[in-house]
Amino acid sequence: MTTRTAFSDLRADFPLLAANPGLVYLDSAATSQKPRAVLDAVRDYYETANANPHRGAYKLSGTATDAYHGARREIARFLGAADADTLLFTRGTTEAVNLLATGWGQAHVHRGDRIVVTRMEHHANFVPWQQLARAVGAEFRICELTKDGLVDLDQLRALVTANTKVVAFGHVSNALGTINDVREIVAIAHGIGAVAFCDGAQGAPHLRVGFDDLGVDAYAFSGHKMLGPMGIGGVIVKRRVLETMHPYQFGGDMIEFVFDGDTTWNVPPHKFEAGTPNVEGAVGLAAAVRYLEALGMDAVRAHEMALTRYAMERLAVIEGLHLFGPASAEARSGVVSFTLGDIHPHDVSTMLDVDGVCVRAGHHCAQPLMRALHQSATVRASFYVYNTADDVDALVASLVKAKARFHAHA
Amino acid sequence: MSAELDELYQSIILDHNRRPRNFRVMEDASSHAEGKNPLCGDQLTIWLKLDGNVISDVSFQGSGCAISKASASLMTAAIKGKTRAEAEAMFNTFHGVVTGAHPEDAEALGSLKALSGVSRFPLRVKCASLAWHAMHAALLRQDGAVAVSTE
Repeated sequence: MTTRTAFSDLRADFPLLAANPGLVYLDSAATSQKPRAVLDAVRDYYETANANPHRGAYKLSGTATDAYHGARREIARFLGAADADTLLFTRGTTEAVNLLATGWGQAHVHRGDRIVVTRMEHHANFVPWQQLARAVGAEFRICELTKDGLVDLDQLRALVTANTKVVAFGHVSNALGTINDVREIVAIAHGIGAVAFCDGAQGAPHLRVGFDDLGVDAYAFSGHKMLGPMGIGGVIVKRRVLETMHPYQFGGDMIEFVFDGDTTWNVPPHKFEAGTPNVEGAVGLAAAVRYLEALGMDAVRAHEMALTRYAMERLAVIEGLHLFGPASAEARSGVVSFTLGDIHPHDVSTMLDVDGVCVRAGHHCAQPLMRALHQSATVRASFYVYNTADDVDALVASLVKAKARFHAHA
Repeated sequence: MSAELDELYQSIILDHNRRPRNFRVMEDASSHAEGKNPLCGDQLTIWLKLDGNVISDVSFQGSGCAISKASASLMTAAIKGKTRAEAEAMFNTFHGVVTGAHPEDAEALGSLKALSGVSRFPLRVKCASLAWHAMHAALLRQDGAVAVSTE
């Protein structure tokens, strides 16, 4: 496979960016832009292979089935899972975590058990576990962070007691950019026999996952954050954990035999994929991982780390700018989250928008974290493969202008 | 510098953001209501004192962006001494101007006209109208607290 090392010319591959030369898109942690290869793959599927998979005995249905499971194999390989049938497609990470909290959680978590999450979780990896705990009468405990925005592993060791059934944690924080020490967290969970479930929504797009070597029992991801279409994502679950899970949704395709009084289930992955699947999404995501593989995930990581380091250096000299999260670029993904003096993040975002700079302002679906940081909102800029140092320069220039506008009237 | 930003962040807006008027808890209010914008994390409380049909005092507290805070501050100054009907009519006019539906009414708004620049920023209309929705809710439910949301 050829590896492209120059990231400066990638904008041309992304129709939306190519059509808007002045646009400085710094919100890839929310959703990424899509390369032409992904859009073409979706269109090509409908023009050459569309039928309902698993349904027909005719050749075209077989073509659609092959496209769907071929995509599954490619995505599983990209994420480092040898057993492709343990990759369950969902609408995205949110549905994947709900699948785990319901299909695994209701089978394994009972009154008096404990569920542990961390303070930096996205609502999607917080609320399903909180609500499971409430439903079954389990304890729900939150591991706090160190001052540097890392999971406090000493506290985690103390929290993960013998009655703990699951430790649910993010690979990378969407709000701070923190890259968590997955292997250490897994070791703590496995040390007492709990499972370790990882929310990889912000990990899979930016880091080499290597599922089979990572040790986690499940790894959830969203396609739209990794150059793929919206509405597709999934979760890889270790087979021995998968075998113990109840179905999450009922309907077509997930059944084996339906009797008047009861039903038997199809095998994984079908058991967890009720209804007509999102084939265009799977095919589009497979094209996205091919695009990422051609770049090389190590090169992607190096590019983003260099950009993040540059951004942190340039932001640090803006007076009144407060940066949240780890102090080193090595400890974070391509996310910088900050406040600008006493200017509310929404005002910052509006002023940047006028300069074509797209950043996120808000609580980043992490209200428990925001409360701990004593912030109602922050500004977040996030980088991906198509961003360059020019984008960072545009961000900094626009921030300096915004500050001058607000303080001219002080 | 951008003309539309000049219009949005006029000096009067930045001044009311920095030094909000009537920014206090009212102990003897006739009614109060909370306004929340969950997406932004903005929240404020409006207190009203009614003397018959007349709003004899109004105050607010809370946190939010410059637009929501300045709008709340300007609103308190504008509706103090007005009747309920006048305050509601002012809300209607204000809403028509900030949404861009009735730009011709801007002159009738007096000092509230400073917020007419919001009409160029549709995503910020909810910020500008948060305090007004809360005021409206407080009038509706004079006898108890009620929460509103602009999401």
